[in-house]
Amino acid sequence: MRRLRFLLRKELQELRRNPRMFPVVFVAPVIQLTVLGYAATTDVKHVPIVVVDADRSPASRDLIERFDGSVYFTVQGVVSGTAGVERDLALGRTWMILSIPPEFGRDVELGRPVTVQVVADGSDSNSTTVALANATSLVAERAAELAAAARPAAARPVGALDARIRVWFNPQLSSRHFMVPGVLALLLMVITTVLGAMAIVREKELGTLEQLNVTPLRRWELTVGKLLPYGLIGVVDVLLVVSVAVFWFEIPLRGSLALLFGLSFVYLLCTLGLGLLVSTVSATQQQAMMTAVFFFMFPMIYLSGFIFPIENMPAAIQPLAYVIPLTYYLVIVRGLFLKGVGLEAFWPEALALLAWGVVVMTLATLRSRKTYR
Amino acid sequence: MRKALAVGRKELHQIRRDRRTLVILLFVPAFFLLLYGYALNWDVRHVRLAVLDREHTLESRALVSAFVNSSYFDLVASPGSMAEIERLMDRGEVRAALVIPEGMSRDLRSGRLTQVQVIINGDNANTATTVFGYAQAIARGVSAALQLEALGVAAAPPISVDPRVWYNPELRSALFLVPGLIGFIVMLSSVISTSLSIVREKERGTWEQVRMAPISTVSYVVGKTIPYFVISFASAVLIVLAAMLLFDLPMRGSWAGLVLAVSLFIVAALGTGLLVSTLVDSQALAFLASLLISLLPTMILSGFVFPIASMPAPIQVITYIVPARYFLVVLRGIVLKGVELQAFAPQIGALVAYSVVVLGLASLRLARERG
Repeated sequence: MRRLRFLLRKELQELRRNPRMFPVVFVAPVIQLTVLGYAATTDVKHVPIVVVDADRSPASRDLIERFDGSVYFTVQGVVSGTAGVERDLALGRTWMILSIPPEFGRDVELGRPVTVQVVADGSDSNSTTVALANATSLVAERAAELAAAARPAAARPVGALDARIRVWFNPQLSSRHFMVPGVLALLLMVITTVLGAMAIVREKELGTLEQLNVTPLRRWELTVGKLLPYGLIGVVDVLLVVSVAVFWFEIPLRGSLALLFGLSFVYLLCTLGLGLLVSTVSATQQQAMMTAVFFFMFPMIYLSGFIFPIENMPAAIQPLAYVIPLTYYLVIVRGLFLKGVGLEAFWPEALALLAWGVVVMTLATLRSRKTYR
Repeated sequence: MRKALAVGRKELHQIRRDRRTLVILLFVPAFFLLLYGYALNWDVRHVRLAVLDREHTLESRALVSAFVNSSYFDLVASPGSMAEIERLMDRGEVRAALVIPEGMSRDLRSGRLTQVQVIINGDNANTATTVFGYAQAIARGVSAALQLEALGVAAAPPISVDPRVWYNPELRSALFLVPGLIGFIVMLSSVISTSLSIVREKERGTWEQVRMAPISTVSYVVGKTIPYFVISFASAVLIVLAAMLLFDLPMRGSWAGLVLAVSLFIVAALGTGLLVSTLVDSQALAFLASLLISLLPTMILSGFVFPIASMPAPIQVITYIVPARYFLVVLRGIVLKGVELQAFAPQIGALVAYSVVVLGLASLRLARERG
């Protein structure tokens, strides 16, 4: 134990001698979580739209007003001719063109059916689908109003249909409530995996590993002593980013704080252990970096369900998602934050995470024997 | 220039000795495009829907068929009670449920506001937001249609919409995501490959030799980046070809424009890595810093996944310093829309300005360190 304390002191000293490390591991995550938490939203609102109004009548102005007045669209400009408008669409300056034909107002007044055209840039397929649906229903509502106004006598009364949409588990349907816990998990993974990945390979590259080899340290002591300082950094990071999530973004932590910390610690075991494993299989720091980023971080980001639902993936790829610790940690943090559930709901995930951590740590410690000798 | 080439040759030598790094840089990106191109998909279609229709009237059937015919919802269950809906939702067998209360038709006919209930599983807010939008639009559409029908004008509503989708008429999300993935992968591999280059010399103690070498700082920087440029470019070509072969990514614009845009983007990314390398003093820190400035920002702030137009204004301002933002507009414009490069002068200008600034800052830092 004394030897361990000694090693720990040495590692901490090395960290202290590197003062630029602190802003990067403590300040950067907070800034990132703040910015990205705001940016990561899939709400399809304020879609920029250009209107080609060939009519310029009160009726056309009313329709334009309706688009501009809704939260779904922002009218960027109203022009008379199509010249240059299609180009705006191609250049991505606008997302949609609404074309109102000449004689629109007169046709509406005479009760003649009239068609407006909506051209949408389909490259962002998902946003476009929603935006088109919104445009169609805005026009349909206006049509119904006009029809009702045109023949008040003939009409038998009809009430409006209102869909009362209730969302379970995330009633505000805030994509922020979904994304912020995800960004939190991702940030922790990036920072701690990197720190773990550099832990031993640096000594290897600098040639100081020899000195460690001749010390009477046991293998596990070396592993623990190497990782503990980074583990501490990880725990402080958890504290920081959870605070930002709760106090800045006001995402209610409905579940248990103790459970969040406990399982985050298990998650850090996985990410630090993964980093250490990378460290033992790499000869240079550059190799360690490449291996960590391409073979571990990319799959973790894309296949964990962080943004893209696992259930949408082809059946052949889905199993890959379940060998990734982030997949389980995401279920856990989102469950704790959004649903306020506890271990009774995600004990399989917690167990998987724990098993993952133990296995990767053991592997890394065993591998390290070859490295040291 | 000769000196710059000499530095380049030395760097290339070093890369060659490190086979694994070379293989990762060259081939792994194309492989990952393959994997992720198939895996990533957020087309929200075929949402599993349960319908509890307590009415079975003309109006209720119109509503149900509007949901089912929309192609967004698949009717998979007709539960008999709310408790059953709860069970279906909890077990994840359905993602949405439509509940039509008794008396809806009667209420509608007597001119009252009538509520139907739509329940959505919100655990994935992204999917749920989209489903929310569809459900709302469908209900509003049916409402308007019913009103028109009551007025006897169902055959021809006074105003209708003729929707057309350009560039991606089938609305495949792969066509949107694959260019984003290309930008993401190119950015990451370029930043990472150079961010260690100078700090490594410092850490290994070979920096002193570089300081004393009779070579200008600019030649040194050029020499350091050329090999990585060649590798990143080769890798980018592989990725783009893979995207076109495997994901039917079209090529509607000019190859020359694409090559220029890709090259500029790589220079911007390499410059970013180089700047990081001059600012920090250990490889671990360089690694961390380059990931923090490239990984998440390129994914979240570039318009790769999340539309920039939907972000709050102050965050939109920040996206202007993310080079991938410009690259993605140009890439999607050339590949999907067939726009010629000249049209993207502002984006190209921004990429050039960005590269000049980061490379200039990196050279200044280096010049100062060399004394």
